[in-house]
Amino acid sequence: MLHTPAVSFRSLNDIKPGCRVRIRRHHSSGAVRQRLMDLGLMPNVDVLVVRSAPLNDPIELKLEAANVSLRRQEAATIEVFDNDEQ
Amino acid sequence: MTNSDLLVALAGQQNAGKSTLFNVLTGARQHVANYPGVTVDKKYGVYRDASGKVTAVDLPGTYSLTSFSLEERVARDFLLIEKPDVTVNVVDASNLKRSLHLTLQLTEMGLPTVLALNMMDVVERRGTQIDRDLLSERLGVPVVATVGRKGEGREALRSAIRTASGTHAPARCSVDYGDLETDIAALEAASGAHGALADIPGRWLALKLLEDDRRAVEIVRQRLAGDAADALIADAGLRAAAFATARGIDVPDHVVACRDRAVRALLDGVFMAGTRETGSTVTERIDRFVLNRFAAPLFLVFTVFMIYQVAIVWGYELTEYTWPLLAHTREFIAGLLPDAGFLTDPYIRSMGLWLVDSANTLLNYVPIFLILFALIAMLEDSGYMARIAFILDKVLHRFGLHGQSTLPLILGGVFAGGCAVPGVMATKGIPDNRARMATIFAVPFMNCLAKVPLYTLLLGIFFVENRSLMMFYISTITVIFALLVSKLLTKTVLSGQETSPFVMELPTYHLPTVKGVVRRAVDRTWLYVKKVGTIVIAVAVVVFTLLQFPGLSDERWAHFQTEGAKAIATFETKMAGNAYADIATGSNVVGLINFSNDYKRAKLNASGASASSAVNDSFEAANPAFYALVRPPRGDADAKAASRALRSLVSTRKTLRREMKEERIRSSLLGTIGRGMEPVTQFAGFDWKINVALLSSFAARESSVATLGVLFQQDEDQNASLETRMGAETTAAGATALLAVSMILFFALYPPCLATTVMVKIQTGSYKWMMFSILFPTVLGLTVSSAVYSIGKATGASGIEAMTAVYFGSLALLIVVGLFGRRRRSAFLPTMAHRPSLRT
Repeated sequence: MLHTPAVSFRSLNDIKPGCRVRIRRHHSSGAVRQRLMDLGLMPNVDVLVVRSAPLNDPIELKLEAANVSLRRQEAATIEVFDNDEQ
Repeated sequence: MTNSDLLVALAGQQNAGKSTLFNVLTGARQHVANYPGVTVDKKYGVYRDASGKVTAVDLPGTYSLTSFSLEERVARDFLLIEKPDVTVNVVDASNLKRSLHLTLQLTEMGLPTVLALNMMDVVERRGTQIDRDLLSERLGVPVVATVGRKGEGREALRSAIRTASGTHAPARCSVDYGDLETDIAALEAASGAHGALADIPGRWLALKLLEDDRRAVEIVRQRLAGDAADALIADAGLRAAAFATARGIDVPDHVVACRDRAVRALLDGVFMAGTRETGSTVTERIDRFVLNRFAAPLFLVFTVFMIYQVAIVWGYELTEYTWPLLAHTREFIAGLLPDAGFLTDPYIRSMGLWLVDSANTLLNYVPIFLILFALIAMLEDSGYMARIAFILDKVLHRFGLHGQSTLPLILGGVFAGGCAVPGVMATKGIPDNRARMATIFAVPFMNCLAKVPLYTLLLGIFFVENRSLMMFYISTITVIFALLVSKLLTKTVLSGQETSPFVMELPTYHLPTVKGVVRRAVDRTWLYVKKVGTIVIAVAVVVFTLLQFPGLSDERWAHFQTEGAKAIATFETKMAGNAYADIATGSNVVGLINFSNDYKRAKLNASGASASSAVNDSFEAANPAFYALVRPPRGDADAKAASRALRSLVSTRKTLRREMKEERIRSSLLGTIGRGMEPVTQFAGFDWKINVALLSSFAARESSVATLGVLFQQDEDQNASLETRMGAETTAAGATALLAVSMILFFALYPPCLATTVMVKIQTGSYKWMMFSILFPTVLGLTVSSAVYSIGKATGASGIEAMTAVYFGSLALLIVVGLFGRRRRSAFLPTMAHRPSLRT
């Protein structure tokens, strides 16, 4: 997020594979935001980062009942709680 | 429609098995149409139950019913405007929580709904049970358990549809939107006052207006007068803004949150035993290997190689068994058409055979496509296709494509062998519109099956020593070109297209069922035959005409007639005094020649000794007198002499006919066009013959080699292959391997064949893009070929040197573009900047 120094947050993009985090909020809008929500990436949902693709991007996430993949570009717009906040 | 006829819509999320259940519900009778004005397929089928006819429509798979994506808009408009009697909501029972979001959106629209809990077997295998009665009671809609893949639950679903169609009470369940309810009520009252909006569910419209849904706003503007519409929309906007300020959360998020709470409440106590899923461990174990950083590329290459090996290589071997069937059909039709004349054939005959030949080249690929489509269906059904997209997305995304572009590219023929028609067809599944468009234009650069014969021909003439190196160059350079072109297009003409994020589900692995795979393979092949078939036939007629007219001049025609008469006279002189003279001469000559040619062809088609002797028997039975001349009995000196004379006559006739054909093509419309193009194509080294071959290959690629075969004709006595003839002629004309490279490059970049461009029209929905798909590659191909040929000629480079230079040049360009083409995040940030800190 080099271009917006005003917004600095911990995003799904920063989470190492194998770690579980909770989503705080979305920083995207419109279709992207809607699609993320549709797939179950809603605020206060726990997410397990399963792995990165062999070329590092996209990443695979495990939600309650489904596995979902998204590009790091979009993952970077999903703010997550710091582990100690949970 | 009588009262007992029903219109049913199937709605559901992707991967819920909706299409499979649709097949189960409607059986074999299905039709595909397009939704008006868009490129989304509208699949519908009809079945009868005890009370009447039921028409079921398979809506596009959607996660929700917003107006963000084309599929969602199409599905929602159908529900809103067509008002189906019953909506069947197909949900993945193993993923109920997420699926019910869509269910609540459907009931909000006030539609009589049936909930089909699909994939119940997966749930049961996990040891979980779902209390369907409780769920049905809470939702206020009937709930049916189905297993689409096994065809279970059809009757229950059909009877539930019938029952639901009778109840017009809106579903009981409605989501409580908390603080937003007052705004909803106010807007519902305001919009309810307008009669023009009476057929739109009020609560739904109010909610959508508060969410600032594009399509809902459109509906209001369409139905209401300017002032009234403005007032309603402005009211909704103010209320939404006030809500966002007061609550620190904007309306769409609040709506999703409320719906999520409602879903949780609905599901409370519905699951019995083991609510945690345990069944995904198999999938996890497979993925640990298949998506492993090191194993993934190997496994992927292995899979694609196996597709190539099984479908293309073995499929090609299979066509050796199916080809005789097509050849027999041709013979049969040839027998029905009027007989051939001595010098010219009746138009009906030549046109008829031309059409049969065109159709046969196409049908010859059917076994390959059946296998290819079956393998692809297995990849899709198993869930591995989504993994391929996951692995390759990064590379493809760099060049403006999408992880899901892989399937179209494989179908198009990443390794030599494929077809752009199903490739372009398969782009339908790509959710990102810009990447989808880029893929549509990239697929035709792949090496389709029909490009291969020309490559083989040219390599056989000019690159005998470097054949495999050249083949490697050709099959990989097309991928390089495709990537570069899609990057270029994405940055230029496609930059304005809608994009959407790569957010894709990685479904649980399923074992594909035989029925499902066979059905899909047959369906797709049939679609290919139908679509391509009609176009190829139509185009064949046009090309035939362009090659026939205006025909020979009277003077040349007279010349050939004299020659023909002379040949017959010679034959009759030879036959004078022969015991068979009466049978073989006069009005019998043409019949005899045709008999002899038919016999020769039948012998060629017959495989094995018994088939061959069967041919002998049938020809002998058909005309014993002619047969004696074609196959002289032992010891019959007169028959032998007559047979010799006949053979020489047949050969003279063949030469004459070929000369006539060449002259006809040279002076034909297509030939004229080919010659007219020489001033431009000379820079690429193409003369009019090559131009004609390339022009006719636009109709169907296969014909390039056939046309070259006609143009570089051989004399009867010198039984040389096309390779040798073309080699000799072009070398004599000063052509070099450089020309071959120029031709290969042009052919690789050449516009898609007509069938593909029609598919481009279907998939893009516009003639403009279709024209673009023709013009752009033409210009690109000519530019590249001309540059390579001219520079190569000036520097005296050999063919292989030129090709190597082009290859590594474009490879370097690819790497540079790949490294610098890294998507800058700034392109994405503006959307984020809009909503900096609504809530903190």
